[in-house]
Amino acid sequence: MNVRMYLLALASIFFPWALGAQGFAGLGQTPDGYALPTPETQFSYPADHGPHPAFRIEWWYLTANLEGPDGTPYGIQWTLFRNALSPEGGEEDQAWMGHAAVSAPEGHFYTERLARGGLGHAGVTASPFSAFIDEWRMHGPSLSDISLTAQGTDFSYSLSLQTDAPFVPQGDSGYSVKSEAGLASHYYSQPFYSITGTLTLPSGEVPVTGRGWLDREWSSQPLAETQTGWDWVSLHLDSGVKLMGYRLRDADGTAYTVGTWITADGTPSPFLPGEIKMNSVTSAEVEGREVPVVWDVSVPRRGVDVRVSAIYPQSWMGTLVPYWEGPVTVTGTHGGVGYLEMTGYE
Amino acid sequence: MRRAALHALLSHWARRPFQLLTLVLGIALATALWSGVQAINAEARKSYDEAAGILGGETVIVDPTGAEIAPGTFGALRRAGWLVSPVIEGRIMADRGSVRVLGVDPFTLPPGPAAAAVGDVEIGGFLGEAGAIIAAPATAKRLAGFGERVVVSEGLAPGVMLVDLAAARSLLGREGFDRLTLLPTQPLNRPPLEMVAPELTVERPETAEDLARLTDSFHLTLTAFGLLSFAVGLFIVNGAVGLAFEQRRPMFRTLRALGLTARTLVTLLIAEVLIVALAAGALGILLGYIIAALLLPDVAATLRGLYGASVEGTLTLAPVWWLSGLAIAVLGTGLAALGSLVKVARLSPLAAARPRAWLLASDRTMLLQAGAAAICFAIAGGAWVFGSGLAGGFTLLGGLLLGSALILPLVLSGALALGARTARGVVGEWFWADTRQQLPGLSLALMALLLALAANIGVGTMVGSFRATFTGWLDQRLVSELYVSLEDEADLPAFRAFVEDRVEAILPIWHTDREVLGAPAEIYGVVDHPTYSENWPLIDALPDVWDMVNSGEGALVNEQLARREGLAPGDVLAMPGGWQIGIAGVYSDYGNPLGQVILPLEVLTARYETLDRTEFGLRLPTDEVEPLRTDLVEEFGLPVDNMVDQAALKALSLSVFERTFAVTGALNVLTLAVAGFAILTSLLTLAAMRLPQLAPVWAVGVPRARLARIEVIRAVVLAALTFLLAVPVGLMLAWVLLAVINVEAFGWRLPMFLFPGQWATLAALAMLAAGLAALWPARTLARRPPSDLIRVFAHER
Repeated sequence: MNVRMYLLALASIFFPWALGAQGFAGLGQTPDGYALPTPETQFSYPADHGPHPAFRIEWWYLTANLEGPDGTPYGIQWTLFRNALSPEGGEEDQAWMGHAAVSAPEGHFYTERLARGGLGHAGVTASPFSAFIDEWRMHGPSLSDISLTAQGTDFSYSLSLQTDAPFVPQGDSGYSVKSEAGLASHYYSQPFYSITGTLTLPSGEVPVTGRGWLDREWSSQPLAETQTGWDWVSLHLDSGVKLMGYRLRDADGTAYTVGTWITADGTPSPFLPGEIKMNSVTSAEVEGREVPVVWDVSVPRRGVDVRVSAIYPQSWMGTLVPYWEGPVTVTGTHGGVGYLEMTGYE
Repeated sequence: MRRAALHALLSHWARRPFQLLTLVLGIALATALWSGVQAINAEARKSYDEAAGILGGETVIVDPTGAEIAPGTFGALRRAGWLVSPVIEGRIMADRGSVRVLGVDPFTLPPGPAAAAVGDVEIGGFLGEAGAIIAAPATAKRLAGFGERVVVSEGLAPGVMLVDLAAARSLLGREGFDRLTLLPTQPLNRPPLEMVAPELTVERPETAEDLARLTDSFHLTLTAFGLLSFAVGLFIVNGAVGLAFEQRRPMFRTLRALGLTARTLVTLLIAEVLIVALAAGALGILLGYIIAALLLPDVAATLRGLYGASVEGTLTLAPVWWLSGLAIAVLGTGLAALGSLVKVARLSPLAAARPRAWLLASDRTMLLQAGAAAICFAIAGGAWVFGSGLAGGFTLLGGLLLGSALILPLVLSGALALGARTARGVVGEWFWADTRQQLPGLSLALMALLLALAANIGVGTMVGSFRATFTGWLDQRLVSELYVSLEDEADLPAFRAFVEDRVEAILPIWHTDREVLGAPAEIYGVVDHPTYSENWPLIDALPDVWDMVNSGEGALVNEQLARREGLAPGDVLAMPGGWQIGIAGVYSDYGNPLGQVILPLEVLTARYETLDRTEFGLRLPTDEVEPLRTDLVEEFGLPVDNMVDQAALKALSLSVFERTFAVTGALNVLTLAVAGFAILTSLLTLAAMRLPQLAPVWAVGVPRARLARIEVIRAVVLAALTFLLAVPVGLMLAWVLLAVINVEAFGWRLPMFLFPGQWATLAALAMLAAGLAALWPARTLARRPPSDLIRVFAHER
């Protein structure tokens, strides 16, 4: 009789690496038959907006910094994870997981949905674009013009997102290396959405406007066995530049840092390994654990030396695999807003 | 001083170990039966909760026509914001009968026992067509055919195999779902169900409360038995404490004369009673646990047989149970000892040490009791006239029993006065007069005996009447020689062709489960065949009932439905689907918790599309049943378990019946034993005090041996007289059980049959118990040294 074991078991479907990943095969295929990312792969849109069932894991990850009529900052998250149960690629071989959240002055609201493929309540099609789990939808005509809905027992949101900007490949033309040993993923972003819409919170409806950032990533083994988690930021700088950076923490205390400088016209320049520095400044107690909620981020070559501070330090996602995800403000050499995600603080 | 006094008081028990045993046994028995019954009730309620909660969901969505829910409909509901989880349910054959297959979707499963059981296995191994099969240990043993796939989980209900949706689809050969569990928490916005899936309805499943309500009467009966035993046990304690106090009168007087205050003496005695109560209470709880553990399998069988409620056969007890058992032991003992303690407190140190009956006979006491009895009868009468429901029935029962017990001394006194008129000679007159004189001392024990006897007669009559009715009804109801259920409706034409020439008649037993007048009910269809008109157990019908049914003008309803809705032949019944039919007759349908309607088959098939069309009764000569069965298995390919012959079905039904009432039988024996014990303690108490009354009789020439014989006869006469009163009381009890409580609890009324043979046995048993109880004090009397008797005339007296 153990409901917790059941939840852990479900979590192991979606985050096998969170419970201890298998060794790295390095032969273009994992030992159990999944495809591995290759540097030669070139993205092709809109086909790559759709699922890649040959790979084990994949996500459609959208965060947005929003403002109410009185300037109150809000953050929202809409995420759909795909995890293959087997490499055969059929619908019934896929498991789906959705996370939705709103960070607001009155609290952090979040909820989670699970689905198995083949039952018709979760999936993604590239064109016309549609990603859904239950009644939550990220619905195009295209991924550049989408409506976004999600709800829980105590919140909901309905937003409209538009952009004319191109999709931005991360890493080396979309091949994003995650460790010294060469583990990698395919990764591109759309950091240029402008958003209007409505949040529904326990206190009532709030009309909002703001900026959104979508990450698309797929892989079969994104983390090395010794990597314990990551700290990730996506920043909208006031200059129009977008900055993405993360550090993958290793069990031995070292970290592998990766990032991209994206100019206002969407041209990416990846940082060299170690070029972006992220140091935690202040921690807060969140749901019984210490989580760093203020970070110093610097990229000397770009003249960036900023402090990234969580707006709502209690933005904890108490989902099957728990993590921290919430909006931040940027101060220092550059001003701006953005999102911070931290995993592995369980 | 206190120490010495307590030592002196306790030394009494060392000298009379048997008396101590009586006291301890009295308290222990009272506590044991009471707490045993409580333990069983608690266990049953826990099982209901588990059974109802196995899927963790509160509410389900189903297709009211009984049709499968298409996977697409499930997807549409989820996409509309309805958080539901699909369930496929069916049965497959395993070793020793079928097993319930429960197919669930781990991704949407609400938290609960099923989710917990899935947590016991490796999730990757659970998913998919060949995924793990989770079952309780006993069920897992029956699934040997699945080999390594079977995983044992303690938390799962018995008889269930929990599998992934994909595995259930493959095992049962189906695609659609039987129901969708509605998760307890739902999101902010979702459209009404009619907009997404108009063919489906939200249905509250059978909950723990439903089961509890259904089984309430049974638990109330058990509780009543427990209380009765407790009351009888208290009579023993009262007798034992009274005896101990009576025998220690000289000691109390001496202690008081030595300067011990009345307050200290009473405090010491309370301490003594408390110690004994706690020790005996603990023993009683232990006994109660054993009784509960022994009775639980029978109780489980009863609940399964009567209500289909599944109860685990194991006992787990909460600390609160132990504590309440001890509390009731102390409370009961205190109550039983109260009278004696009050007397000790009032005892004057100068009072004579003369033993005397502590409850002196007085017409006043008897009249007071009669007054109390009248009040009890009035309450019972009020409950009968104005009361309703089970509580009313049990109030009637309680008032009747208590009133009869209270009036017993008055009735016995009257009977003995009548007996005195028949007396011939001096000894005869003395016998009647002295018996009357002893009545107050024995009345508590005799009241206990009356209660036990009346309960025995009442419950015995009810069970006997039920058995007689049930057997006759089975004969009427199970007429077909062979009952067959097909694997699939598609086999129907082939089956007809196969058996047509070999049987006298094929009687379809097609049915559908619908709501009739707002409650779940079964609707059956029958063909025009003399099997029905000649045998069906009608209890009320219009004159041309079968013509009406066969022409499609009338329907039959079972007694449960008729009573619940106040229906009678001639009334019009609103049927599901918005049409009406006249009621032509009402039939008895024992053991069925649901309402039932019988229609002509053509009407059933015309009105309802989705039917279970797989069951048939076959009429054929008895000696051809076996060959046909063999051929159906070997040539037609029907699994052997899909057929049951009439004899086997009857035997099965009767065995269910017998197991059902095994508990009442066991409790009957226990209460009677306790009552016998109460008589023994009372007689022992009296024996010590009766010396002053016996000595003069001995002195005028009646030998001790004859006196002893008279003592035994006296006990037997009293028991016989009590029994005579117990018969009408028991019959009234049976009538209340059959005509009031059964109707309230099950919705059927049973005719009452009388079983004089049973009474004779019981009378013999009662007199034997009384005689045996009197034997020991009588032997002591017969062997008493004459000097003891002479001492009665000593100066002190």
